[in-house]
Amino acid sequence: MPKLKQTETKTIFMRGPSAGMRVLLFGLLSVILMTVDHRYIHLERTRGALSLVVLPLQQVVNAPSALVRWLADVLMTREELRRENSRLRQRNFLTTAQLQKLTVLEAENRRLRTLLDSAATIPQRAIIAELINVDDDPYRHRILVGKGTSHGVRVGQPVLDANGVVGQIMHVGPLTATAVLITDPSHALPVQVDRNGLRGLLVGSGRYDRLQLPHVPNNADVQVGDLLITSGLGGRFPRGYPVARVVSVEPDPGQPFARIAAQPTTELDRIREVLLLINEPLLAHDGEGPVAAPPEPDE
Amino acid sequence: MSVHRHHGGWVIATSFAVAITLALAPMPEWADRLRPQWVALVLIYWAMALPERVGVGVGWLVGILLDVARGTLLGQHGLALAVLAFVTHKSHMRLRVLPLWQQALTVLLFLLVYQLVIQWINGVSGYPPHDLWYLVPPFSSTLLWPWVFVVLRDLRRRLTVV
Repeated sequence: MPKLKQTETKTIFMRGPSAGMRVLLFGLLSVILMTVDHRYIHLERTRGALSLVVLPLQQVVNAPSALVRWLADVLMTREELRRENSRLRQRNFLTTAQLQKLTVLEAENRRLRTLLDSAATIPQRAIIAELINVDDDPYRHRILVGKGTSHGVRVGQPVLDANGVVGQIMHVGPLTATAVLITDPSHALPVQVDRNGLRGLLVGSGRYDRLQLPHVPNNADVQVGDLLITSGLGGRFPRGYPVARVVSVEPDPGQPFARIAAQPTTELDRIREVLLLINEPLLAHDGEGPVAAPPEPDE
Repeated sequence: MSVHRHHGGWVIATSFAVAITLALAPMPEWADRLRPQWVALVLIYWAMALPERVGVGVGWLVGILLDVARGTLLGQHGLALAVLAFVTHKSHMRLRVLPLWQQALTVLLFLLVYQLVIQWINGVSGYPPHDLWYLVPPFSSTLLWPWVFVVLRDLRRRLTVV
């Protein structure tokens, strides 16, 4: 032990700066990094490159559930497959029938919009991505999805699933991307009430089943059960996707605004696959009017 | 630094990789709140056992990787782990000769400091904690410290990491 002690004391003195200096140095570096990361987008590339280093670990983490899913697929009986197939065919039939109607409506809508001289903003394509990981910090609602820049994912892309809006892309790596959910406390989303077009801002609460609609006057026409859809303001989310349903409206006579809570239409703690919409840049194709504002992080 | 004297670096790297994996592994919600701070435990061990190899710099680097893996602010865990490595480094001589339970109490203190740094940064960046659950992981980690200590020590001896 004494011998060990001696060699170590020596090595401590031999290495350049002392531990105190080092911690100051790295502390300062961390603060600078955090500030830049919080306020600007310059570190996205670094984060993307580093995400490749930790990707194998994330895949290891994901392996058991992937294995279970794969086994479930493999071990499915023929009977189950047949049943599922017929069910899916039936649903496909119904959806196709509805889609026919939609195509007609879409054409009509576009014609009317041309008459009104306004730009149609119908998203063209979507990327399907699988959930890889969820942030374990209970106060921070982030998910990691298995598609990145190499698949065409960009920062700010809206994330949806079959039932409604999920969130938006925050960081992109070459093979993965991080999305912030609409229930994250730092997230806000411009919405409007489907019934009457009343606009508002839907803010995350930190709970997967709650969103808040602040700054709506006490006498505003919002009722329990109202559907909130994206309003398309802010240029980040396309218009008209369902987001949440109002579950409680409490007018507070002592305050200028009512307390309104809503529940996301999609079960955000159960999602497994998401759609990343590829937005056509707003107003880009008519070449007039203001150019769509460059996307800014919402935080 | 005389690199030729060191060997077994892969053991250290692997232990950190396993710690990061454990930090990311999905768990049910009740267990999530108890999740031990694996990376911090492993860092304390190495900074105590091999202070001339694992110190502030390595702590910071591992922290940055943890930040990337968890999508937190770049530098948040970097700063917290650098501070953790620093306090461990300062007291590694004393820490080594303490009986295991006293060692665990010191580790608890360090982990509380670590958690405090993380929560400060969370608060500043707009995620103030809603309740006191964030105080639980240091305690659950402390319960695991003797186990982590014995496992890593045996690994270090058997694989002659110096």
